[in-house]
Amino acid sequence: MAARSTGSPWRTALLAPTGLAAAAGLAVLVLLVIFGPVIWGADATTADPLSLSQPPGAVHLFGTDAGGRDVLARTMTAARLSVLMALAASVFGVLCGVVVGSLPSVMPPRLGRAVVSIFNFAIAFPGLLLTIFLSVIFGQGATGALFAIGVSIIPVYARLTHTLSSSVGGRDFVAAARILGVGKVRVVARHILPNIAGPLIVNASVTAGGALIAFASLSFLGLGVQPPEFDWGRMLNEGLSKIFVNPATALAPGIAVVLAGIVFTLAGETLARATGVNPGLTHRLPRWIPRPALPAGNVLDDVSGNASGDAVLRVRNLRVAVPHADGWREPVKGVSFDVGRGEVVGIVGESGSGKSLSCLSVAGLTDFPLKVTADTIVFDGVETLRGEHRPAGVSARAVERLLGTRMAMVFQDPMSSLNPSLRVGGQVAEAGFIHGGLTRRQAWAKAVRRLADVKIPDPARRARQHPHELSGGMRQRAMIAMGLMGNPALIIADEPTTALDVTVQREVLSVLHDVQVDSAAAILLISHDIAVVTGLCSRVLVMYQGEIVEEIATADLVAGRARHPYTRALLAAVPTMDTDRSQPMATIAEVPA
Amino acid sequence: MTTTMSALPARAPRRPATGWFAPGSWSLFAVRRGGRFLVAIVVLVTAAFLMLQLIPGDPARESVGATAPVEAVNLRRHELGLDQPLWVQYFRFWGGLLTGHPGTSITLRMPVADVIGSRFPATAELAVITLVVVLVLAIPLGLLAAALTRGGRRRGLELGFTSVTGFFSVVPEFLMGVGLVYLFAVSTQLLPVAGRGGPTSYVLPVAALSIGSTAALARIVRAEALGVLGNDYIRTARAKRMPAIRLYLRHALPNLMTSTLTIAGLFLGSLIAGTVLVESIFAWPGLGMTIVDSIRSKDYPLAQTLVVVYGAIVLGINLVVDVLLAILDPRSTIKES
Repeated sequence: MAARSTGSPWRTALLAPTGLAAAAGLAVLVLLVIFGPVIWGADATTADPLSLSQPPGAVHLFGTDAGGRDVLARTMTAARLSVLMALAASVFGVLCGVVVGSLPSVMPPRLGRAVVSIFNFAIAFPGLLLTIFLSVIFGQGATGALFAIGVSIIPVYARLTHTLSSSVGGRDFVAAARILGVGKVRVVARHILPNIAGPLIVNASVTAGGALIAFASLSFLGLGVQPPEFDWGRMLNEGLSKIFVNPATALAPGIAVVLAGIVFTLAGETLARATGVNPGLTHRLPRWIPRPALPAGNVLDDVSGNASGDAVLRVRNLRVAVPHADGWREPVKGVSFDVGRGEVVGIVGESGSGKSLSCLSVAGLTDFPLKVTADTIVFDGVETLRGEHRPAGVSARAVERLLGTRMAMVFQDPMSSLNPSLRVGGQVAEAGFIHGGLTRRQAWAKAVRRLADVKIPDPARRARQHPHELSGGMRQRAMIAMGLMGNPALIIADEPTTALDVTVQREVLSVLHDVQVDSAAAILLISHDIAVVTGLCSRVLVMYQGEIVEEIATADLVAGRARHPYTRALLAAVPTMDTDRSQPMATIAEVPA
Repeated sequence: MTTTMSALPARAPRRPATGWFAPGSWSLFAVRRGGRFLVAIVVLVTAAFLMLQLIPGDPARESVGATAPVEAVNLRRHELGLDQPLWVQYFRFWGGLLTGHPGTSITLRMPVADVIGSRFPATAELAVITLVVVLVLAIPLGLLAAALTRGGRRRGLELGFTSVTGFFSVVPEFLMGVGLVYLFAVSTQLLPVAGRGGPTSYVLPVAALSIGSTAALARIVRAEALGVLGNDYIRTARAKRMPAIRLYLRHALPNLMTSTLTIAGLFLGSLIAGTVLVESIFAWPGLGMTIVDSIRSKDYPLAQTLVVVYGAIVLGINLVVDVLLAILDPRSTIKES
């Protein structure tokens, strides 16, 4: 947020539309509270017996009420009582709440816990219900309502204060103050409260809005302000019965309450943005200037790869753009490669080199607002991307079906790539009945067979379990099984072993290898671990800063015949058993791309 | 659990659920959660009892009015049981609640139990219908909004959705009620405005109660759904190229239910409070009008019992929500906490 704002966060928050509206609304409210009764006070209480319950007209803009008094004047005058009562109740509730919420920090632990359990009990009840309960004790009337609302705020604020101060109380500077012998009360007052003031103030604004509505509610029910005094709630109470005669008697005070409530809410939102408690809306995207697409049939075939004849995947000049505050940046800058049928190709490179993003783009899994363009992407004989879009002659359904059955994905973190709410078997089976034309029962049976294929013991039982009941290695194998439900021509494995421990890595890699041998699927294996890649792949693409800097056969790579300095540096950075451990580990300097 | 057990890493073994009260077992959850519910009920009843003692001044004098003769005050004091020692009063209060005879209403001159029995169904109907309406509308709405605006798509729609729902969630139920009365009874005379009769009489009260909650819940569902849609397992699901409906309903929705239900529980609680006001607007013959009247007329036996009834409803809702959460969440984190 700070990166974008030119001035202070306060300035940014205030100049946003919500900030301006909040400031204007608050100014109007303050003026009404101060001058409302002065300007309209006389009109508001003067009864005109000749014009009872008049509809809106020229003399009385909102008409008159049952007593012949001007509704507009009464609404404006009532602002003072309505707002001040709400503020008084909030101030009382917030202050008491902060004190009560600080008590557990200064009291003996046992007593402190008792206080916490009391306000946790009270918080189980909604505020308005608590207020109505408390009205039994405080009785009807403005003072009673003030205390009832104030007291019902206490538990909310006590809990907020307690939660916030517990989190601050664990920090080092508080511990340091305690060690220095600062008293408990002083620690709370000098070290804890100032550090939690932000959220407390933000919430106070919301609380004031709530108190305003609560006060209107109580007065409306006849439990709050009593005649001849009047606030907006009392006016509503009297106006509702006359709504058929002059609707404005009920609508004017109602609208006033809603507007005042919105002002407090907007003020809270502005405060939240200014103090950084809550960030604002998403930013507008920078302007996208499309790259001219190449005309059909004019795709450059400049890849020196040895698999260009019968490629399962052909990618030319793939670019991925990501929006930033100052325009679009390209983490993938024109990548071209082929994967032959049944071939195992590795992509290596450091984090952020664009290797995962390239593969997600190939699979069509990048999400808005990323922009993917390519001269062409051909998968399994079907062109899936030309320029920015799917080519005109290819139907969306056909592409979905092709990618859903012929391309399998294995992602990095098996802990998070399986849906925690669904059974493993169902998630594996799904691909079978979405595209495979199987019934659910057949798909389930096939899923169990596939789970057995990837060497999951007792697959029938495992299929009925949820992901959290499986180990990391088993989940990754279940992901592979998921890909095998179709008839994959290509398996894209994006760092499939990075999140697993070393022994499990071996199992998963051997399953991948077996699958490749059995199904003759090609594999595109992404990794930053050269050892993993050289163990499985026949050809390696080296990516650096969004480009493929070298394409090399594994045999050449292992034999040390890499040409690009980055590849050599990457190899040198791999520690072996005879690496001198008294020396610092090798690092890779920035290579000019 | 012995020391060998605690030496193992925390998440490694799923503890075998053997024995009646093994950690994570249903019986242990039932005992713990049920125990907490009972304690809360005891505290609630005690608090309702103490209300009478906390009333500033003499409740008997307050109840009969400042001008009443001393005899009347003494009679009322006897009626309220305030002439008994405190512990006798306390046990009588409990006895009354447990036997279903919590005294007699002072103003209505009929047993409190009968008053509540005749009024409760109307309030319960209103609350249940409203809850169903809110859940049926808010969850699809929030999910749809999330689906359309995820990842910063359609900023205009996002702004529109957040402002409209923001506005409606700020408008309190009773003002919504007043507005609806104006629109549908005063201006157009489409719908009945007072009392409980045919199906049309339910429309306005339910609408008044549900519009604000629907808007607020839809906002929360959208925010939660945006979080869920950003998860890796949604990318996995998208890799299977399934229809969008299946992606959102089958893969995203179940993961939303826990948080949505937790929040819906809170809403239901405040909805109960909202019924008090809405009943008063639409002359709905439920408990809400009764509690307001009992407070105004200082009918303490009725008011105290109604506090217990409303409080128990809220505590009951919390209990049901927790049980549902424990059933729905496959990991049953609630059961173990």
